[in-house]
Amino acid sequence: MSDPVSLIGQWLQNFLIGLGLPSGLVAIILIILAILLIGIILLLIDIGLVWVERKIVARFQDRLGPNRLGPFGLIQPVADILKLVIKEDITPRGADRFIYNLAPIIALATVMLLWAVIPFTSTLLGSDLNVGILYLVAIGAISTLGIIMAGWASKNKYALLGALRTVAQMVSYEVPMVIVLLIPVLLARSMSVQQIVQEQSLWYLLLAPIAAIIFLITSIAELGRAPFDLLEAESEIVAGFHIEYTGMKFGLFYAGELLHALTVGALFSTLFLGGWRGPFSDQIPILGVFYLFVKAFIVYFIIMWIRYTVPRIRIDHMLNFNWKFLTPIALVVLIVTALLDKILVDQSTFVYVTGMLIANVIVAWTTLAILRTHAQTKRKRVGVDRPVARPELASTTPTSASTSRSGD
Amino acid sequence: MPIFELIFILVAALTLGAAFLVVTSKNLIHSALWLVVALFGVAIVFALLNAGFLAVVQVVIYIGAIAILMIFTIMLTRFITQSTGPRFNTNWIWALIISFLMFGGLIWIFNSWPGINTQLPPLPADFDPIRQLGIALVSPNAYVLPFELASVLLVAALIGAIIVAWERT
Repeated sequence: MSDPVSLIGQWLQNFLIGLGLPSGLVAIILIILAILLIGIILLLIDIGLVWVERKIVARFQDRLGPNRLGPFGLIQPVADILKLVIKEDITPRGADRFIYNLAPIIALATVMLLWAVIPFTSTLLGSDLNVGILYLVAIGAISTLGIIMAGWASKNKYALLGALRTVAQMVSYEVPMVIVLLIPVLLARSMSVQQIVQEQSLWYLLLAPIAAIIFLITSIAELGRAPFDLLEAESEIVAGFHIEYTGMKFGLFYAGELLHALTVGALFSTLFLGGWRGPFSDQIPILGVFYLFVKAFIVYFIIMWIRYTVPRIRIDHMLNFNWKFLTPIALVVLIVTALLDKILVDQSTFVYVTGMLIANVIVAWTTLAILRTHAQTKRKRVGVDRPVARPELASTTPTSASTSRSGD
Repeated sequence: MPIFELIFILVAALTLGAAFLVVTSKNLIHSALWLVVALFGVAIVFALLNAGFLAVVQVVIYIGAIAILMIFTIMLTRFITQSTGPRFNTNWIWALIISFLMFGGLIWIFNSWPGINTQLPPLPADFDPIRQLGIALVSPNAYVLPFELASVLLVAALIGAIIVAWERT
């Protein structure tokens, strides 16, 4: 009973072949059943995520959160979804009807497509692509397209502004993400996600901490969550690209964003925290699912923690941060990791790990030193006394202020 | 009909239909989105030929970068929603005749090539196309020189873009 899913699959296959169906059709039926099962489980988890999100944001903001419907407010997501379903379904006049309705479907579908390559246990995964990492990048690119379609088809200036900001942010932050994704590929010698998990006898968080941090930051930017949520900045562009969406279409965007956050948690734990690996996960494969979801929820908590602590970042600061800080560091860390991997490939594990850790610490230290000197020169330039037009106004003593006010 | 040929015909029909709609669509954004569908069809053809890496790279680069850049540019165009005039000019009969002649000529050339009826050889079980591609790109007997020249070309394009967009204060 340690691998119940394979047992059930075997039993179903024998049952269907016993009914007389050709084996090709049986394979197709089993695949469709597996896809439906994963999809349904993920969407059910998604509804639970609404509750998790609202309770945790409440605790961060020193209040209780929903606690009226059901014990601890557990029925609240059902009420939320019901509210969204019974709302009026509006299409704005002049909007591009087909694209307008297609955009939320693409937004949710691209998130669910990501789960095709995440391994749940050693035997249980959607598809063991040998280019799994590149598949993740490709699906991220298609999700950007979905948001652009939403912004354009709404025929609303604010939505269009939101869509243009989205393109700038998401396409920019793909660059350091792809560079940093090369580091687990380098350490595991394979682009297949299952291979990367199998090779992680020691978590890659210890071998490449800077890469993990950069991956987390760029994934939060790809999600469109705070501090990078200027795509839907309520104070600036009134909800950005999903301003014209009501009812269940908005529900698809909202649920898609929450599920995407959990997916980023699962991806981070798969690439850097060992995925389904844990004590006894080799002998009892079904424990792997448990470990994966525990790690995914821990990273999801960290993402929420960042969201409800840090204010929103301005768009020029965001682009500067990406191109002038993250991309050079990602390139440097990639080159350093590749060099060290080649030099230390024959040494013992202890020397390898210590070497990588020390190299990462040196890169981080140098970066902080450069930032500090840069900040010092900037501060010196700004702190210089400049000539003013009326010097009597420059001092802050009350007497000179009162004389200047009477002189006006 | 064997399943492989059936899938290929469906995918080819999807790609060609989407490509036709790119050219004949009234709305420019619709043309760009049909182009995305056509590029996706090409990615599926790559996947059918066991070139998984090329299929995913096609999606990342063509759809994820080039198509998005085109859509971005189209969105910044003025008067995009106004009518652009008739889509076909008066010479469309001649264009149709010449394209059919070219199609017939290409079919005849392909049929007279002896290699058209060869079957796809089965790949060995331990064939790792990515490893072969990686070795071919950096091996001195293979393609390292064109690879490096392509990289230099890309750096030149990047530097040129920066210089063109540099604000002279």
